[in-house]
Amino acid sequence: MTQQILFYAFAAVLVASALAVITVKNSVHAALCLVLTFFTAASIWILAEAEFLGLALIVVYVGAVMVLFLFVVMMLDIKEEAVREGFIRFLPVGVVVAVVMLAEMLSLIGVRALQAVPLPENPALAAGSNTSWLGKALFTQFLLPFEVAALILTVALIAAVTLTLRKRGGVRSQKPGQQVLVQRDERLRVVKMASEAPSTGESP
Amino acid sequence: MDSLIALLNNFIHDWPNLSLVIGLILLPLLPLIISVAMYVWWERKVIGWMHVRLGPNQVGPMGLAQAFADVFKLLFKEITVPEKASRFLFYLAPLLALTPAMAAWAVVPIGNRMAWSNANAGLLYLLAMTSLGVYGIILAGWASNSKYAFLGAMRSAAQVVSYEIAMGMALVSVLILCGSLNLSDIVNAQAGSKGLFEWFWLPLAPMFVIYFISGVAETNRAPFDVAEGESEIVAGFHVEYSGSAFAIFFLAEYANMILVAFLSSVLFLGGWLSPFQGWHLGPLSAPGWWWLFAKAFGMAFLFLWFRATFPRYRYDQIMRLGWKVFIPITIAWIFVAGCLAFFGGVTIGPGVNP
Repeated sequence: MTQQILFYAFAAVLVASALAVITVKNSVHAALCLVLTFFTAASIWILAEAEFLGLALIVVYVGAVMVLFLFVVMMLDIKEEAVREGFIRFLPVGVVVAVVMLAEMLSLIGVRALQAVPLPENPALAAGSNTSWLGKALFTQFLLPFEVAALILTVALIAAVTLTLRKRGGVRSQKPGQQVLVQRDERLRVVKMASEAPSTGESP
Repeated sequence: MDSLIALLNNFIHDWPNLSLVIGLILLPLLPLIISVAMYVWWERKVIGWMHVRLGPNQVGPMGLAQAFADVFKLLFKEITVPEKASRFLFYLAPLLALTPAMAAWAVVPIGNRMAWSNANAGLLYLLAMTSLGVYGIILAGWASNSKYAFLGAMRSAAQVVSYEIAMGMALVSVLILCGSLNLSDIVNAQAGSKGLFEWFWLPLAPMFVIYFISGVAETNRAPFDVAEGESEIVAGFHVEYSGSAFAIFFLAEYANMILVAFLSSVLFLGGWLSPFQGWHLGPLSAPGWWWLFAKAFGMAFLFLWFRATFPRYRYDQIMRLGWKVFIPITIAWIFVAGCLAFFGGVTIGPGVNP
């Protein structure tokens, strides 16, 4: 029972925050609403005993991706009026795209529902902890797709670095390799001086 | 509609149980808050001794009540909100910093299966909670509408995201050796007859060091405290905060430090296991929560030692250390840990579910 109440509460927050992502004016607020959306979605997944997916969603999207996203959004000085400007003009196009997507998704789900076979017993639940079940399945049954996905991500990573790496002239940057090789004698000179007694009496 | 009313009835019927649960959830928070206060006092004392001065010695015996005096001073101070600040986010930010710092404690075990939640995915949960703490800092920086606070927030965001990777990799190596995400299982996997040489700090020595240093960087402590580098950006992300709002940031930071100290003890130093386990020394070889607290105290002391000893890193040095030194080492050592686990280089203690 409590689970059901929690589910409806999470679902309400999820829908409300997802709506807020596209309706709030300030882009930082929109990004924060997206964070809330991810977090609530993760909560619902954990409620459905998919704890690995839920926690991975928080670690990857909330903890890393959205932080970098906020980083960029905060740095940009976006004018709110400029974002709102073409709203009415592009509304018809947006509606058409939305209707087409809705029709496609509905037909897809409908076709699937017609051919549906009853779902087999969830193996992840039978194994006790679905994290270990997922790990075993990924590294035995689905090893090749897993490796291919890893390779694609690595290629994307290298591509991102090579696309953005530019050599600019006239930049005076630190060279830590040289910095750590510096010897004391190059920077510091110890001077021997005769000690002086402080002058007593009247000061000038 | 009927079903909704039935739902509500059920909820009210469950209420005594729920309030018991909520009470149990709040139970660990009071000792945590008190230990934060004592930790602050200990920090000021220790750093004072290292600087050859006395530290706080006026309020209470040995200055013990100094931290509480400071808390009350902060609580009675006025909270000022900068003009043109985003008020809602300005007030929300300290809470966003505090909540994950408190929530993470739910899965920290102080004895065999003695934790508020013996969750199977405990380690993942910890990673998730510690990665949320950065939002408080970023939002504080942005909502303050101040360039110093904003610079601090930017530095902190980049630093925390970078060091989280190395931290996560270090956790992965622990996982590989013990084969479980459950923190109780991780400690039990370090049980054995060779005393402290059974613990994971030995096969995972570089990971232990990297985990702790990343923990220091994640909590924005010296020498990684560029987020509040007072010589450059006044006080960084919390420059506009005063009174109790500042106190909450303070509380979150110290709660996180104690958490990192506990976690490095649990993951690498055998948790509640005795360093003399299996050496038949009577009560000295018996496991107990006191061992965990002693280890955590030692690790927490390191934070203070670092702060009194090391000069602050330059920002580019921090990034270099995180990305070019720590992450390659962790990747290499994950491979080593995999080999150790596969060829049986480490003995895994009892208590691990196959």
